[in-house]
Amino acid sequence: MSASPRLPVIQDAPAEPGAPFSRRGFLKTAASGAALAALAACKPAAVVEELERRNFKELKKDELAAILVRLEKRYSEEYGKGVTVTATGPMAGVNFGYGLDLSRCIGCRRCVYACVKENNQSRKHPQIQWIRVLQMEKEHGVDLTHATPYYDPELVPEPGHFYMPVQCQQCRHPPCTKVCPVKATWKEPDGIVVIDYDWCIGCRCCTAACPYGARKFNWAEPELPAAEMNPVTHYLGNRPRPKGVVEKCTFCIQRSRVGRYPACVEICPVGARKFGNLLDPNSEIRQVMERKRVFVFKEELATEPQFYYFYAT
Amino acid sequence: MTARPSFRRRALGAALLLAIPALERASEPAEATLEAPAGPLDIQAEPPPFTEGIFPCSQCHDRAVDAKPKQLAFHDEIQASLHHGPPSRWCLDCHDNAKRDFLHLINGELVPFTASYRLCGQCHGDKYRDWRVGVHGKRVGMWNGAKTYFLCVNCHNPHSPRFKALKPLPPPIPPQDQGFAASAPASAPEPRKAP
Repeated sequence: MSASPRLPVIQDAPAEPGAPFSRRGFLKTAASGAALAALAACKPAAVVEELERRNFKELKKDELAAILVRLEKRYSEEYGKGVTVTATGPMAGVNFGYGLDLSRCIGCRRCVYACVKENNQSRKHPQIQWIRVLQMEKEHGVDLTHATPYYDPELVPEPGHFYMPVQCQQCRHPPCTKVCPVKATWKEPDGIVVIDYDWCIGCRCCTAACPYGARKFNWAEPELPAAEMNPVTHYLGNRPRPKGVVEKCTFCIQRSRVGRYPACVEICPVGARKFGNLLDPNSEIRQVMERKRVFVFKEELATEPQFYYFYAT
Repeated sequence: MTARPSFRRRALGAALLLAIPALERASEPAEATLEAPAGPLDIQAEPPPFTEGIFPCSQCHDRAVDAKPKQLAFHDEIQASLHHGPPSRWCLDCHDNAKRDFLHLINGELVPFTASYRLCGQCHGDKYRDWRVGVHGKRVGMWNGAKTYFLCVNCHNPHSPRFKALKPLPPPIPPQDQGFAASAPASAPEPRKAP
């Protein structure tokens, strides 16, 4: 027998000299080229350009800039206001961590709606909310079999209950990014797990893989009233999403990457939400970790969240 | 609510520095610096929430009075809602008798209303320590720069400090009520069973 048995390897000819096989290269092959030409005949040039582009992480600076300009123009026309779309990158030496004080949270859901507003989530049909507040029973502790997100009493907190808001945990080993067949979602160097809505094919593998229910799918055209649209957007964050893509919490990437607290931190009336740089020993989140009893949700799954729950009292 | 005007910050910083003896400043724990370039307590804070027209107190209280607890003929609201510690708690435990525009610590040191957290910290030392490093309380602004610290009294009414219950915002609409389940009749969805 010759060396080791191998499967036959089919090598694609590089589309451009020196370039690896790429979506762009594929689209330029004869068959798809013809289809694209037909498409170009009936669609504006921008659509063709969008189909032709590379993965976000492979974009050259000028290509990304052109995409941002195109998106700004499109959104500004659609929503009748000056919409900005940035793609601010991660800061050096920053890894974000989030703390949530379960002994303080009263379940008022102010965070849910501040998030919806800041991040341009679909309002009612379909309703998309990146934060889900679970009401749990003190008697049972953190136990999902005794939890409901649908509580609606006159006043909160209700006696005998506590509240556990759940959103994307920005895992260090995110199951969602592993299963994505097209690499439309990945973890950034500052810890934020992001989605490129223009790359997402809507297969929802990530939604199924996430053990926290943090990923939401746009089952219908999102309902985002122009008057309520937040015009300060980030490409990987709160820019308007189309129907058929997945979205989730990004620690308000459009805010946190320029130094601001996420919207949910600032709205919380009881100060239960903490945010900061895990690499800075003086940051609020590090102080929390050093002084309080901290845990991560579903630790046994080894997803290693960068979202920490704690008890201040 | 990002950066507050710098004059307020400087004025507050100056007021705080004046109010705190040098000795105590030197003994501040090192980790308690609140990202302050100018001094350990140079913080940006929301002004204390006074009722309109109530400050300065010396408008009415222009001299020291008999300090014994008694039923007042004024400040009805505060008297009715005073729930802070034991029933023996009384105005002049915290408010200074002679200088009404100030509070006083247990050692008699005067504290301006803008630094009332020092007074709170006398009894609630654990919360005070947590608040100074950002574990207790709320901050808004920049996580890596200028931020506004909410003072104790911005969230807790000093006369009735327990946090009040709130009306929750609406619960999420269950998926079956969002109009996508073609098979289920939209008018009469299945009653949800408790989990």
